[in-house]
Amino acid sequence: MTTWPILSVTTFLPLVGALIVYLSRGDDEASRRNARWIALWTTLITFAVSVILVMRFDPSSADFQFVEKANWLATGITYHMGVDGISLPLVILTTAIMPFCIIASWKAITNRVREYMMAFLILETLMVGTFSALDLVLFYLFFEGGLIPMFLIIGVWGGPRRVYASFKFFLYTLLGSVLMLLAIMALYWNGGTTDIPTLMHTAVPRSLQTWAWLAFFASFAVKMPMWPVHTWLPDAHVEAPTAGSVVLAAILLKMGGYGFLRFSLPMFPLASHDFAPLVFTLSAIAIIYTSLVALMQEDMKKLIAYSSVAHMGFVTMGIFAGTMQGVAGGVFQMISHGIVSGALFLCVGIVYDRMHTREIAAYGGLVNRMPLYALTFMVFTMANVGLPGTSGFVGEFMTLLGTFKVSIPTAFFATFGVILSAAYALWLYRKVVFGALVKPSLMSMKDLTFRECVTLFPLIALTILFGVYPKPVLDMSAVSVQQLVNNYNTAVTAVKAAALLQ
Amino acid sequence: MSFETAGYQLAPVLPEIVLAVGAMALLMLGAYRGEGTTKAVTTLSVLLLVVVGVLVYAQPAGKHVTFGGSFIVDDFARFMKILALIGSAVTLVLSTEFLSDPSRRIFEYAILVLLSTLGMMVLISAGDLISLYLGLELMSLALYVVAASNRDNAKSTEAGLKYFVLGALSSGMLLYGSSLVYGFTGTVSFTGIASAATVSNVGLVFGLVFLLAGLCFKVSAVPFHMWTPDVYEGAPTPVTAFFASAPKVAALAVFTRVTLTAFPGIVSQWQQILVFVAIASMALGSFAAIGQTNIKRLMAYSSIGHMGFALVGLASGTVEGAQGVLMYIVIYVAMTLGSFSIILAMKRNGQAVEQISDFAGLSRTNPLLAFMFAMLLFSLAGIPPLAGFFAKWYVFVAAIKANLFTLAVIGVLTSVVGAYYYLTIVKTMYFDEPAGQVDPVRVEVKTVLAVAGVFNILFALFAGPVVTVASAAAKSLF
Repeated sequence: MTTWPILSVTTFLPLVGALIVYLSRGDDEASRRNARWIALWTTLITFAVSVILVMRFDPSSADFQFVEKANWLATGITYHMGVDGISLPLVILTTAIMPFCIIASWKAITNRVREYMMAFLILETLMVGTFSALDLVLFYLFFEGGLIPMFLIIGVWGGPRRVYASFKFFLYTLLGSVLMLLAIMALYWNGGTTDIPTLMHTAVPRSLQTWAWLAFFASFAVKMPMWPVHTWLPDAHVEAPTAGSVVLAAILLKMGGYGFLRFSLPMFPLASHDFAPLVFTLSAIAIIYTSLVALMQEDMKKLIAYSSVAHMGFVTMGIFAGTMQGVAGGVFQMISHGIVSGALFLCVGIVYDRMHTREIAAYGGLVNRMPLYALTFMVFTMANVGLPGTSGFVGEFMTLLGTFKVSIPTAFFATFGVILSAAYALWLYRKVVFGALVKPSLMSMKDLTFRECVTLFPLIALTILFGVYPKPVLDMSAVSVQQLVNNYNTAVTAVKAAALLQ
Repeated sequence: MSFETAGYQLAPVLPEIVLAVGAMALLMLGAYRGEGTTKAVTTLSVLLLVVVGVLVYAQPAGKHVTFGGSFIVDDFARFMKILALIGSAVTLVLSTEFLSDPSRRIFEYAILVLLSTLGMMVLISAGDLISLYLGLELMSLALYVVAASNRDNAKSTEAGLKYFVLGALSSGMLLYGSSLVYGFTGTVSFTGIASAATVSNVGLVFGLVFLLAGLCFKVSAVPFHMWTPDVYEGAPTPVTAFFASAPKVAALAVFTRVTLTAFPGIVSQWQQILVFVAIASMALGSFAAIGQTNIKRLMAYSSIGHMGFALVGLASGTVEGAQGVLMYIVIYVAMTLGSFSIILAMKRNGQAVEQISDFAGLSRTNPLLAFMFAMLLFSLAGIPPLAGFFAKWYVFVAAIKANLFTLAVIGVLTSVVGAYYYLTIVKTMYFDEPAGQVDPVRVEVKTVLAVAGVFNILFALFAGPVVTVASAAAKSLF
C-alpha cells in the first residue's frame, strides 16, 4: 500500500512545473533558458516518479493499482485514479517521451518559449490523467482538455497553414467526442455511477450497447485515427512543430486505442463482437489505402503521418480480434509505434531545423555528410517497416497472429500493409539519405549534434531492446489483457449459448 | 383579523422591502443633491445589493409563502435571487467608469438597476400570474430606460426604443396568455393552476403558448430573439453586461417555476414547445454568430445559444432538469461577467474597441488578459476542464434521462458549431499579429475578471458544493 498519492503526483507534477514556468517572468534570453530548464527538469522528475510506479507495480494482478478515490461531484461521480497493466505502459510512454519533446524544442522554438513550455507541461498532465482516470467524467475532462494546449501548440508555433490545421484538429476531435459524452451520460443513468471499474461489471442492455458503442467509436476512431476520419492527422502533423508532431503521433493517437481497450471491449462486449467485422474492414482499408497514399507523398512528415494511420490499423484490428495475441499485440504495437513514430518525427525535425523544408525532393545523399544521422534514420525506418529484430515487428506479427484466428481475410489483406510499408519507408530513405550529394544547399549540412544524439540514441536502444526482448512490456500487460479477453469471450459465448437455446 | 394572521407575513419579503426603501432613499439623495452624487449613489447601491444579498442568505431554510400564496420564498428562489443580486452588483461595479464621464453622470442609472433588481426578486418569488406580471414589468421598464442611458448616442437610443417596443409586445402576449389560462382554470395561483390543469384542452394550451412566448422573449430564446443583437450592440457595454446576466437569471427562474409548478400536469404539452425553442436557439446561436465582426453582437448570439442550452435542462421537466438549469445559469453568469469585463477592458487611447479584429495579437500585448479571455471562450464552448463543460454536462444529463435523445444529439452538435466561432476569437488573439497596445486595465474590471476567471478555470475543484446546493434548490420546486 502506498502512503502518498503517487499517481496523482505523476499526473499533476507537470502542472506544478507549468506554474513555476509562469512565475519565472521576463522575456530575455536568460528567462527563456530558465523556462527550458524548468520544463526539462519537470518532465525528468515526472518520469522518475513514474518509474517508481513501475517498480511498485504488481504485474501478477489484473486489478487497478495505486488507486486513489476522493469525493468530487455529488452522486456517483468521484475523483478516482488507478492504473492496470494496459494503462501503465501508456503512462510510462507519456512520461518517457516528454523529456525528448522538450529537448527537441530547445533550439527550434525561439519565440514565446515560456508559453510553449507551459502548453507542453499542461498537455502532459492531461495525457497522463487520461490514461489513469478511473471515472468516466474525469476521463472525459482529461481527454478533451488536451485539445486546448494542442490547439495552441499547432496554431501558435506551427507552419504556414497552421490555422487551418489547428481548427480542423480541434473541431474534428470535438465532434467525435461530444457524442461519446452523451453515451457517458446514458451509461451514468444505466449504472447510477460513472465509476469505470463498477461500470465494467454492470450489465448494459443490448440496444444501449449498440448506441453507446457507436458513440464511443465516433470519438476514438477520430482520435486513433481510423480511415475515413483520419484526414485531420496529416494536416495537423505537417503544420505542428516537431515536438507537437511527436506528442501527437506517440501519445495522443494512443488515446483512441486505449479507449477501445478500456471502454468498448469491457463495457460493450456484445456490440464489440457485432461490430468487429466493421472494424476489421476499416482497419484493412486503412492499412492498404493509407499505405498507398503514403507512397505518393512529397512531404516527409505527411508520409510518416499516413504511415501512422496504417500502423494504427494494425492496433484496431488486433484489439477487436478479441484474442490474447491480438489484444496484447495491440498494446505492444501502441508502445512500439509511440517510440518509433516519435523518433521518426524527431529525425525529420533534425533535417528541417537545418534546411527549413520537409520536401523529400529537396534532400538526397545525406549519408555523405551525416553518417550518424543516416544510421539513426535507418534503424527507425526499419522499425517502421516491421523488420524482425525491431519493436515494430513484434506488434505487427502479434496483431496479425491474433486476427488470423478470427478473420483470415482481414489478416490476409493486412499483411499487404507490411509489404507496402516497406515500399514507402525504404523509398523515403533512399530519396533522402542515399544517392549522390549534388544539391549545393546540402553541402554544408552538419551531422547530429550532442543534443540530438541525446534525444535519439535512447530511442534506438528501446526500439532494438523491445525488438529482441519484448517481455517487459508484454509481462506488464499480460494479466490485465488476459482478464479483458476472458471477460469479453465469456460475455460473447453466453449470448451465443442463449441464442442456441431459444 | 390582523394583517399577519391573514397570511400576510412580512418576514419573507424583508429583503425586497429593504431594497425598495433603500432605492427610494438613494433616489431622494440623488434628487436633492444633484448629479455630483452619482459616484456616492452607485457605491451605496452596490452596498445595498450586498446587504440585501446577506438578508436573502440569512432567511430561514424551507418554504415560506406569503401574500396569500402570491409570493414564495424557497431554496430555489433564494439561490436565484443571490445570483441575480451578484449579477446586478457586479455590473454596477463595472459601470463606474462609464458613469465617471462628465457627460454621463446620471445617478438614476444605479437607481434604475436597483428597481430592476427588485423586479427580478419579485419575479423569482412569484407564486401567481399577477405577481409574475408585476415583477416582470418592474424589471423590464427599468431595463428599457437603462438601455437608452447613453442619451447622446443614436445607437443607444435606438436600442432602448427597440427593446421597449418589442418588450411591450411580449408583455401583451404574456398578459393575453395569462388571461386565457385564468379563463380556463379559474385561478391565477400556480398551485391552483396545477390542480386544475391536469388534462390539456385547446384553450389552456393556447394560453400556455402565449405565456411561454412572453417568457421566451425575456430569455431571448428563438423565435423571440430579434431584439437581442441590436440591444446588446447598441447599449453601453456595462448595460449589456447587465442585460446578459441578472435579467436572464430572473427570467429563467420564472420560466422554470411556471412550467414546473403551474403546469406539471401537462408536461408533454410544454415539453414539445421547449424542445423546439431550445433546438432553434442553439442552432441560431451557433450559426448566426459565425459571421459577426462585433464582439458585443457575437456575445448576443452566444447568449441566445446559451439560453437554448439552459432550456434543454428545463425541457426534460424533471428535478435533474431543474438542477441542470440552476447549474447552467450559475456558470453562465460567471462566464458572461468575465467576458464582458474583458470587453470593457479593451480600450485603445481611451477609446473602447469592439471589433473582433481589435483583439489581434492580444496574447503578446497583454498575455494575462488574452489567457483569461481564451479560457472563458473555451469555457463558453463547453470544453473541459473549464466551468462551461459542467454546465453542459448537467443539462444534457437531464435530457438523456428524460429520453430526449434527438434534442441532446442536436444540442451537442450545435455546440461543436459554436466552438468554431469561439475558436476564431482565440485564433485572433493568439495566432495573429498584434494590432497595437491596450490601455492599462482599471482595477475594478481587473478584480471582476480575476474572480470570474478563477471561478471558471478552477470550477472543477469546488464543483461538489455547488452541485449540492443546486440539487437542494431544484428539489424545493417539486
